[in-house]
Amino acid sequence: MVSRNSLSGPLDPAPDAGYVDPPPRKGFFTDTSVCIGCKACEVACKEWNGVPSDGLNLLGMSFDNTGMLGADSWRHVAFIEQARPIGAQSAPFADLPTGPSGSAAAAAVVEAGVVATGHAPGLGTRGKQEPVADAAADSAESATAFLGMPTATLPGAGGDVAARTDLRWLMASDVCKHCTHAACLDVCPTGSLFRTEFGTVVVQQDICNGCGYCVSACPYGVIDKRETDGRAWKCTLCYDRLKGDMEPACAKACPTESIQFGDLDELRERADRRLEQLHGSGVQEARLYGHDENDGVGGDGAFFLLLDEPEVYGLPPDPIVSTKDLPDMWRRAGLAAAVMAVGVVSAFVGGRR
Amino acid sequence: MPEADFQSYYGRAILKPPVWKHDVAIYLFTGGLAASSSMLAAGADLTGRPALRRAGRASAMGALVASTFFLVKDLGRPERFLNMLRVAKVTSPMSVGTWILTAYGGAAGVAAVSEASRLPAVRDRLGVLSGPAVAVGRPAGLAAAAIAPALATYTAVLLADTAVPSWHEAYRQLPFLFAGSAMASGAGMGLIAAGAADVGPARRLAVMGAAMEMAGARSVRHTMGLLSEPYLRGRPARLLQAGEVLTATGVAGALLGGRSRVVRTVSGICLLAASLATRFGIFEGGVESTKDPKYVVVPQRERMALRESQAKREAELADQRQRTETVTPSGLAGTSSPTTG
Ligand code: SF4
Ligand code: SF4
Repeated sequence: MVSRNSLSGPLDPAPDAGYVDPPPRKGFFTDTSVCIGCKACEVACKEWNGVPSDGLNLLGMSFDNTGMLGADSWRHVAFIEQARPIGAQSAPFADLPTGPSGSAAAAAVVEAGVVATGHAPGLGTRGKQEPVADAAADSAESATAFLGMPTATLPGAGGDVAARTDLRWLMASDVCKHCTHAACLDVCPTGSLFRTEFGTVVVQQDICNGCGYCVSACPYGVIDKRETDGRAWKCTLCYDRLKGDMEPACAKACPTESIQFGDLDELRERADRRLEQLHGSGVQEARLYGHDENDGVGGDGAFFLLLDEPEVYGLPPDPIVSTKDLPDMWRRAGLAAAVMAVGVVSAFVGGRR
Repeated sequence: MPEADFQSYYGRAILKPPVWKHDVAIYLFTGGLAASSSMLAAGADLTGRPALRRAGRASAMGALVASTFFLVKDLGRPERFLNMLRVAKVTSPMSVGTWILTAYGGAAGVAAVSEASRLPAVRDRLGVLSGPAVAVGRPAGLAAAAIAPALATYTAVLLADTAVPSWHEAYRQLPFLFAGSAMASGAGMGLIAAGAADVGPARRLAVMGAAMEMAGARSVRHTMGLLSEPYLRGRPARLLQAGEVLTATGVAGALLGGRSRVVRTVSGICLLAASLATRFGIFEGGVESTKDPKYVVVPQRERMALRESQAKREAELADQRQRTETVTPSGLAGTSSPTTG
């Protein structure tokens, strides 16, 4: 079924691909503002889908040792460390204690919390004061740091507010965007890549011949060829689980609901509300990425809430599906072919021998 | 060119570099050579130039076999080559190309076999069949020549219909560049094969092809702003420069030294080498453009800024229009504006 918007513009992809009465389009809304960088999504994806190891790498990119999406990484958590004062940037943090970790004020807050809830994350039993709080209080008195990450200087050694707050840490779990207009699918010459009834984009591994066209076509650099196997691989949005009425493994594993799975319409509304909420509480830098069905790929099935420009996370700021220009390309190729034909004919008729 | 100011994720590439190896660059060349060889062969057949016809059909066949070989070799799963014949998709230039190559291959193959059947040894063996075998050569050759221009130009769409910044941006020039390059390489073949008396068509084709090839390459290298840069640095730049020099040398030789067999042969080799170098240059330049995020971020940012400023201008204009309309009530403006008093 070919409609006017088959190559670009807003579109519901499943009916356009010929499904009669498909289920609502499914997708991901990844709200990076609550991501804690635990990589549970990366692990769950590998486990469920049997994705092989992508190697033991130490990339020196904060806590990111995955690097980028690829044939063996279908979720990728990006870590960005920025020297930006949180207080001025993000009002929600403004009412948190801003002294060094070991300060008496902070210890008091922690202690109060532990006593009140009877529960320190992962450690607590109800009603009993925890060694955590003791340690915090101790360290507050001795003014040494409590449970810090290894650093060159002692954490909190500066002792002043600025030393502690001048860092912002962004984390974001990236994934295949399941584009409305998916270049990978458009260019696949074997029909291996196909549109599912859920509006997602999936590789049929028994058909892919490893031509690699999809790899160069994806404007997000998502899909890649697995060298050991010669075929192209990427996120399937857990097509098998969707068929069984289950949510994808990554969304299931995400402990903070940074990865939200559902009907795309509903996710878009939810994202709008979240954006409003963040803007309302002063997080002006929050923005949605890939939610707009009028963008260059007709909107992403998997879209994001980001706290900085897309390119900071390794995402293209304004991707356009290459097939948008395809009619024009074919026209020009036709013209060039005609010129060539005329050229050869005139080479024979246009002169003496 | 001033260093572009942009942000990125640890300087890492956004795109995946093409997994295509040099096989594809070679295929760009052999496909073009096959196409223009078939066209020259058909012309030679119709105008009675047997040497050129023979060489054209043979070189088309050779280039066709090479094309298929390199195409299949570049697949991750070569044994699944035929999976490409289970679908036909206009949105996939590779699918379209596979069908073009298949159709062309059939016709060019028949023409080549027919040409072979003219060889005395083969003719004797074929006996009564030799008559039809020779006769089928012309229609098959003409069919191959008719499909050939598509074979020579679809490869431009193949490269351009990707997210590879410096290929996609060149989608306007590439078909003409590739057509020119194909014509020049076919002409090179003709210069080598044709006798002094028959060299006219190849020589004229060399001039036309070289002009298109050079103009196309220049345009790609100098009119695409930041996205021209990969073609102006390192190996791609050297390859394209070599291509230009070789093309110029080949054309000069074809025009000035047409009477000498040696000069013709050298000119022909120059044109063939030029086409090969140009294809490699274009191929590699594109690959380079995927390795640096700036070729993705900067042009896309520029595009966004342009769109924004256009939207702003439009909003301003609309605003102005509205204001003038409130002064002179809309619908009445110009006809009977009521006097305020
Ligand atoms: S084009 Fe890229 S991001 Fe879009 S569906 Fe294909 S692999 Fe995913
Ligand atoms: S590599 Fe496989 S999935 Fe990708 S375009 Fe080629 S055949 Fe299709």
